[in-house]
Amino acid sequence: MRFLTTLFAGLLFGTGLILSGMANPKKVQNFLDIFGSWDPSLAFVMGGAILVTAPGFWLVQKRTSPFFHDVFQLPARNDIDARLVTGAAIFGVGWGLGGLCPGPAVTSLLFFTPGVLIFVPAMLVGMILAKFIALPSRKIVNA
Amino acid sequence: MLETEFTPIASLLGGALIGLSAVILMASHGKVAGISGIVSRILPPVVDTKGMPQGLTFISGLLLVPPLWFAVFGQAPVTAISSNIMLLGVAGILVGFGSVLGNGCTSGHGVCGISRLSGRSMIATVTFMVFGVVTVFILRHLVGG
Repeated sequence: MRFLTTLFAGLLFGTGLILSGMANPKKVQNFLDIFGSWDPSLAFVMGGAILVTAPGFWLVQKRTSPFFHDVFQLPARNDIDARLVTGAAIFGVGWGLGGLCPGPAVTSLLFFTPGVLIFVPAMLVGMILAKFIALPSRKIVNA
Repeated sequence: MLETEFTPIASLLGGALIGLSAVILMASHGKVAGISGIVSRILPPVVDTKGMPQGLTFISGLLLVPPLWFAVFGQAPVTAISSNIMLLGVAGILVGFGSVLGNGCTSGHGVCGISRLSGRSMIATVTFMVFGVVTVFILRHLVGG
């Protein structure tokens, strides 16, 4: 049951990404191109998601625990450090360059678009590199 | 042609599905739906073996979308991606590296984090948006696309 729920969540998430246009790099770049051929659609993706997630999270967390676990595992940090900002900045440059972020890239793998097939392995390499660098000072690895 | 069609309804609906998925994951497993986290946790050097089965299950759900999409619509959605292999390789490395270093991407920070009113996520989201805008500006209007 817990695996079926997770599988279903993945399916919903992926379908949402494709339907919303997040998996179309040109659309992503047009969203970011506010001084050119701006397409504001993707603001609606984030808006639609937050409209569901914000009240949903609030409601869910009125329970003492999730259905299949003892505790909610929420990110506990609230400090703004250089690593957060540097990471987000690097991510933003890559997102602008390629028009893809991790969710849409992984989801559209099996559409076999050549560009995605180059982007995803490169992304995995980037993730592994960052894990090596972040390793010594990261206390909670499985957070 | 650089223009894409403005799709507020499809984007809002797609966003709502993403949000619903995040709520389901929170309700069932008590976890934030961050794709960069879910993917990177099963990568070396430190593999989260305990969370791996659930992570792989979620990723399987994502990967199932294209075959199902084909089955329902008979064709892939219209997308346009750069044909510059070097550019895509660099973009991929930066996206992977940056999301792990910054503890999240568009889903973890942009959707879940903002919904939790996390200050870290708000700063991260504003930062990657600004750098995305600047990058596209340089790419399209200064370097010329």
